[in-house]
Amino acid sequence: MCADMAVDYQDNCDSKQFDPKTDHNRALQYDEKFLWDHKQTDHSGVDLAPVQGGINKTGIAQRTETGLPNLSEPQVLRHFVRLSTLNYSIDHGFFPLGSCTMKHNPRLNEKMARLPGFAHIHPLQPEQTVQGALALMHELQDWLGQLTGLPGVALSPAAGAHGEYAGIMVIRAKLRDAGMHHKDTLLIPDSAHGTNPATASMCGFKVKTISTKETGRLSVEAFKEALGDGENIAGMMVTNPNTCGLFEREIIEIADLLHKAGGYFYCDGANFNALVGRIKPADFGVDVMHINLHKTFSTPHGGGGPGSGPICCTEELAPYLPVPLVGKSDDGSYKLLRKADYPKTLGRLRGFNGQFGMHVRALSYMLSHGNDGLRQVSGDAVLAANYILSQLKGDYHVPFEGRCMHEALFSEKWLKDHGVTTLDVAKALIEFGMHPMTVYFPLVVSGAMLVEPTETETKENLDRFIGVMKHIAELAKDGQGDALHNYPLSAPRRRLDEVLAARNPVLNG
Amino acid sequence: MSEIKYTKDHEEIKIDGDIVWIGITKHAGEALGDLVFVELPDVGATFDKGADFAVIESVKAAAEVYTPVGGEIVEVNDALPDNPEQVKEDMSTGWIVKIRMNSAYDLTDLMDEAAYKAFCDANA
Repeated sequence: MCADMAVDYQDNCDSKQFDPKTDHNRALQYDEKFLWDHKQTDHSGVDLAPVQGGINKTGIAQRTETGLPNLSEPQVLRHFVRLSTLNYSIDHGFFPLGSCTMKHNPRLNEKMARLPGFAHIHPLQPEQTVQGALALMHELQDWLGQLTGLPGVALSPAAGAHGEYAGIMVIRAKLRDAGMHHKDTLLIPDSAHGTNPATASMCGFKVKTISTKETGRLSVEAFKEALGDGENIAGMMVTNPNTCGLFEREIIEIADLLHKAGGYFYCDGANFNALVGRIKPADFGVDVMHINLHKTFSTPHGGGGPGSGPICCTEELAPYLPVPLVGKSDDGSYKLLRKADYPKTLGRLRGFNGQFGMHVRALSYMLSHGNDGLRQVSGDAVLAANYILSQLKGDYHVPFEGRCMHEALFSEKWLKDHGVTTLDVAKALIEFGMHPMTVYFPLVVSGAMLVEPTETETKENLDRFIGVMKHIAELAKDGQGDALHNYPLSAPRRRLDEVLAARNPVLNG
Repeated sequence: MSEIKYTKDHEEIKIDGDIVWIGITKHAGEALGDLVFVELPDVGATFDKGADFAVIESVKAAAEVYTPVGGEIVEVNDALPDNPEQVKEDMSTGWIVKIRMNSAYDLTDLMDEAAYKAFCDANA
């Protein structure tokens, strides 16, 4: 290596001299330091011309050292470009993170969101100057209402958990309006997303757990037991299909029992990708649900952009939705409905009108697929998950028999005897160039591995994943578990000290 | 005279007169994996039977610890927040709280060592 290159390394990666024994940069894998680890405080990124004549009013005399690294523009640029290359996203490769619906984000969405008429408007503009944007939001409300069978739609919630909060607050507002303050408990299955009981608690409800451990599904008997006389039951929060990737077969009967007891059915819409275009959740008794636009309708996390969690509800609950909503006037113009137009609203949950850029992307996705295309989305997603389940069920323990919906659930049961855990499988997947599945969730299955391929992948890609998973299982069963404990070896970082990271996180910078 | 009993939620308890020591079983400690935090209740706090009184967080999950008896917390194991892994040790050092049972208690749900082992095997 020539001396100039060594200097260049030092310039961007470390303040130490290059030492081939301790330098961790390999090929184009950079051991990128934090910016604040650069100790160079004697450099300057910009040169200010000395003041010629007159009085220097730049305040230099009053300045003290900030302790911040002084870097030039190319140093900063390289730092962030290198960091970005350490990231893994759905645009890099297979990303089967269960319950996250990491689907491809069509670039058409991005083109639409960047149209100047959408990208360059401001939420404080007069409504008559943004009629196109309001029309788009109104149409998105219509689509979501049609797809869920729930006509009341509020687009403003910012993400999934915020949508849950909004939905449960709608139920609370309805109960209070009806004078039913004694209804203070929500029923939640033990397989639920952790956000469900957290939402219930945030909204002031107690949580009663429904056990699903035997079959992975809700049963009428277990529900009846949890419901009791139903006197204090405000409602239930259920994900369907649930977090085990299974459709709740008895959901209609359960919803009927709940409604008879005066409770409301909140559906967590995280898994809507399994149903979209095929089943309207209203038909299985849902009163209010959130939709993760950033899952079902593309732009997943890691795919760019923020989340967006609109809620949809029945006509009965619609008066309580959070404002603003987009309404259509008699003259055909669109307007934002606020508290004055919507007196029973639970109020405003955030600034402005929601993640408008995500509304554009979601509607682009809907319009480019059409209703028949969305129907194929859910069909292909379920088919892909079942293909993986069928190919791997001889290699990995499957806790619940039968077909799955859009995600396949495995457990570490058959690996444990070989000293191999779910964590080892996840880390080995990184070594073999794939993002791991969701691990150790749902909690009802010990050492769970939740695989959600979505409709994005080709059969060849699914086969490649299946091949890697079979290889890992074979390594475990051949007594080569020790190798698995050390993976990943080729990634920018090897196994991390997770306990230290959790107990003493470095939060400065 | 004291004896060790086990619950279906994998707590291990030692009954010493009207004082009950509560910890977690070895099986639970192994299932949780590497521990990150233990959150203890305040001394003097009272809990109903079946209430969760402490949280054990591992790199995989956060688990609540339930009390099989109602009563008042008389002592907490202050060493645990600094050294969470200690909760996996035997009851003598790995106990979480000592609770003074109130008059109404029911210990019939508890298992002895053999019954608990059978329970774990059945649910493996």
